[in-house]
Amino acid sequence: MFDFSIITQWIHSLLCTYMPEQLAIFLECVLIGVIILLAYAIIAIIMIYMERKVCAAFQCRLGPTRVGPYGTIQVFADVLKMLIKEIIEIRHADKFLYNLAPYIVIISSILAFSCLPISKGLEVLDFNVGIFFLMAASSIGVVGILLAGWSSNNKYSLIGAMRSGAQMISYELSVGLSLLTMVVLTDTMQLSEIVEQQADGWFIFKGHIPALIAFVIYLIAGNAEVNRGPFDLPEAESELTAGYHTEYSGMHFGFFYVAEFVNLFIISGIAATIFFGGWMPLHIAGLDGFNAVMDYIPGFVWFFGKAFFVVFLLMWIKWTFPRLRIDQILTLEWKYLVPIGLFNLLLMVIIVVFNLHF
Amino acid sequence: MDKINEIEAAALHDEMLRLKEEKHMDFLRSLTGVDWQENGLGVVYHLENSETQETITIKCVAPNREKPEIPTVSDIWKGADFNEREVYDFLGIVFIGHPDMRRLYLRDDWVGYPLKKDYDDSLNPLRMTNEETVDSTKYMEEQPDGSVIEKRQAIFDEDEYIINIGPQHPATHGVLRFRVALEGEIIKKLDVHCGYIHRGIEKMCESLTYQQTLALTDRLDYLGAHQNRHALCMCVEKAMGVEVSERVQYIRTIMDELQRIDSHLLFFSCLCMDLGALTAFLYGFRDREKILDIFEYTTGGRLIQNYNTIGGVQADIAPDFVEKVKSFLTYLRPMLKEYNDVFTGNIIAQQRMKGVGLLSKEDAISFGATGGTGRASGWACDVRKRHPYAMYDKVDFKQIVRTEGDSYARYLVRIDEIVESMRIIEQLIDNIPAGEYQQKMKPIIKVPEGIYYSAVEGSRGEFGVFLESHGEKYPYRLKFRSTGLPLVSAMETMSRGAKIADLIAIGGTVDYVVPDIDR
Amino acid sequence: MEIKKPKIKSIQYEEFKDNESLENMVKELNENGSNVIVGVLDDVINWGRSNSLWSLTFATSCCGIEFMAIGAARYDFARFGFEVTRASPRQADLIMVAGTITDKMAPVLKRLYDQMADPKYVVAVGGCAISGGPFKKSYHVLNGVDKILPVDVYIPGCPPRPEALLYGMIQLQRKVKVEKFFGGVNKKEEKPKNKVNDGQD
Repeated sequence: MFDFSIITQWIHSLLCTYMPEQLAIFLECVLIGVIILLAYAIIAIIMIYMERKVCAAFQCRLGPTRVGPYGTIQVFADVLKMLIKEIIEIRHADKFLYNLAPYIVIISSILAFSCLPISKGLEVLDFNVGIFFLMAASSIGVVGILLAGWSSNNKYSLIGAMRSGAQMISYELSVGLSLLTMVVLTDTMQLSEIVEQQADGWFIFKGHIPALIAFVIYLIAGNAEVNRGPFDLPEAESELTAGYHTEYSGMHFGFFYVAEFVNLFIISGIAATIFFGGWMPLHIAGLDGFNAVMDYIPGFVWFFGKAFFVVFLLMWIKWTFPRLRIDQILTLEWKYLVPIGLFNLLLMVIIVVFNLHF
Repeated sequence: MDKINEIEAAALHDEMLRLKEEKHMDFLRSLTGVDWQENGLGVVYHLENSETQETITIKCVAPNREKPEIPTVSDIWKGADFNEREVYDFLGIVFIGHPDMRRLYLRDDWVGYPLKKDYDDSLNPLRMTNEETVDSTKYMEEQPDGSVIEKRQAIFDEDEYIINIGPQHPATHGVLRFRVALEGEIIKKLDVHCGYIHRGIEKMCESLTYQQTLALTDRLDYLGAHQNRHALCMCVEKAMGVEVSERVQYIRTIMDELQRIDSHLLFFSCLCMDLGALTAFLYGFRDREKILDIFEYTTGGRLIQNYNTIGGVQADIAPDFVEKVKSFLTYLRPMLKEYNDVFTGNIIAQQRMKGVGLLSKEDAISFGATGGTGRASGWACDVRKRHPYAMYDKVDFKQIVRTEGDSYARYLVRIDEIVESMRIIEQLIDNIPAGEYQQKMKPIIKVPEGIYYSAVEGSRGEFGVFLESHGEKYPYRLKFRSTGLPLVSAMETMSRGAKIADLIAIGGTVDYVVPDIDR
Repeated sequence: MEIKKPKIKSIQYEEFKDNESLENMVKELNENGSNVIVGVLDDVINWGRSNSLWSLTFATSCCGIEFMAIGAARYDFARFGFEVTRASPRQADLIMVAGTITDKMAPVLKRLYDQMADPKYVVAVGGCAISGGPFKKSYHVLNGVDKILPVDVYIPGCPPRPEALLYGMIQLQRKVKVEKFFGGVNKKEEKPKNKVNDGQD
């Protein structure tokens, strides 16, 4: 498997020959920041286009077809339009918080995005408490949403933000429990380590029953975390106009819009990393020829393939099912998912202690 | 012409109560205000016994034309509440004892009463100021000594959390405004503000000839276009004693049933969209397009059809109309199974709709909530069975009645009605007799003097036409008994104690169309 | 001076019925002339704007059903990029006034229009929105929405066929493509003389 750290080392040594080390590191940070923002934007564009086309396919119609071949440039037109829209200032809103809220949401999303391991050596944030950091960073987004609803000075936004806040805080518990279950299996929280450990088989096969249960719980809870699918009551168009971002226009609204899609990708990316092996190809123990062939396909192709597969699954769910009511959402979480998650954790601990996994 | 009993205003309330208790006249079909110029202002009531289908027509004239007052019957039939507000709005008749005497359709600062014959329109230019929402109302109370005084009452308390839903809202199926008092997510009280699409059709009809009034009926409940026009044509034909040919009866019945299927498919689509299952919305519309193809082929219009005329239909059906309808029916049956798979059996959809928005049978009859809503509450209110017209007494079909009275029952009633409509069409489509498609009518139609009422089963309930003619070529008073007004007045009863998300589900299953409410 | 002709994919310029009003508009805007570089930037931005017109979900009566029909599978306005209909006026680009506007609804409509973010457009769909339609003689109907809002495109019909609605949207796209983005006023809307502080947002 091609190791990307060769390239990073080469760049580092190249810069160090021309300038002092501090400056080299500073330049590298700026470069990485720019690349992350670019990758974020490109993934957002791909996700929005994919959503439109997948949704159209389910609904027996075509999606965008006129702007560019097969409608591929459609999202660029949308982004361009969003950039030049007037940003309306609301007179009676809390100005500082009102302007701060979209930035909080975007920053938390970018922080979580940078944790994803895309290929061998191609990770940006790789701490030894990677998963813990990931969960903490994505929790900051809740603050942004609550601020947006509160500072808009609008009853609808407030209701939408309260609902969204309650939902996201509840489902973080389930996400945490299912990730914790897998951490028990892997014995480490560092994301690159987790992927390395799946070289002889993905965790969803290694961990069999508890891993499967954890995967299903993670999918449901992850869906609810990003306010998508059957859990999108807070921003349901047909119920409360546009929920917590009713009063935002122009690029501020653009941030909320984009963050929603990239959050979906991040959830899928984490599912792909922890349950399906990230950039690790499919290895079957004993079939060395097969494994060698699988190794030829680059790591990032594996990663994006798996992530987009989970994204497709989540989109499929969204476009099929009706919406749940807020009390049904909270009932599902507290009365069903949390007890099952706790029991599943216990099951995984027993399996690890008695070495019953593959 | 129906027999009319006249009752004095002072004795009205007791007489109505006696009729309800002794003769079991529990269904107030229609309440119409009329301006009889020198003979005063008054109201015409149509009552019906919900079990024996016996009908009575009652007329009551207010004693004083300058200050018209009539006792209310809103404590006897709940449906009279909104109807009396409408009469107050249009004619200025004040109902003594009515708890909420506000205008229903027009702005609170409107000057004058439009349906009076001496109304002056220049007093009401376009006012662009935002309407102030006043949360209090007035009511007239009768004192022991016989005099009447005005008192004020608050609708909402000072410290209640009130939100506005509408008028521009994706889920209210049109422009309807609800003011809702909330406690957390629970609805404590609901206040409906109509009138945002009030187009003044009834007043316009008083200056149009009978043929011209037909053009406006399609635009009332646009998903019941054929049925609305059928009602008006039936009323005029009955008044003039014109018999239409059997071919016309067949065609009218088939078109009515196709329109019913069209409306129920749109109901299904919009309900799914409101609940979040957007894919089902598109499936419903895809199938609806096939019906619109048939309509366009026959009448030229997709939504507004202009097909029925007084004495027949506009143009004969094409030779391959029969094959097109038959192939459509074979297409639709498996699609209904698909809807049941995608939506009806889905656990989330069932949890959203079961037990939500209960309407008991007594309430349904008292409000006059006909159509799918009434049938889901256990009241067999189908006009096609109660007062058969066209070919309905000669075809075999079931009336779908359920007893649970919740949103899920309302939904299932309509899905089953699609199947029944298909059965009716199948029985008729092969046997359309030859005949004329239009009777010879004089160019100027004058209806003999009198008061007439006839009703059809529209897509949403009983759609009635009240016609009073003084022998001229214009109708003296033409009123449409709207299918949606009782449904909207029952919204408060159904949604008290429910959550906001349930309000959307209730509104979706009750299936009102706002231009039909506001006329 | 050469008249700028907006290009629409797969429809020739000559096939449109009404090119005259567009050409008059271009002539007026070109009176000031413009710098070549800014002209190209104008083109790019106008391309972006015209291909991404998000409409407000607003329908009062029968024409609203035809509006829903073009969103449905057979006519599918998603092909043009219009399918994102926002419910909040602040995020919408255009308001398609579909249906009759009554005297009671007129202040509400004006308020919705004022809440929208610039650049914004108005399309009057159906006879009722253009001039009152079949209800012209009524005491409660506004005879045409252009009495209170500046309208960009009129789509006649009662109701207009879905193809007519799509044609109207394409005409709006052409109008957006010839607008000047930098400097100058595009609409004939009167600029308010003083800032009115009426306590309403």
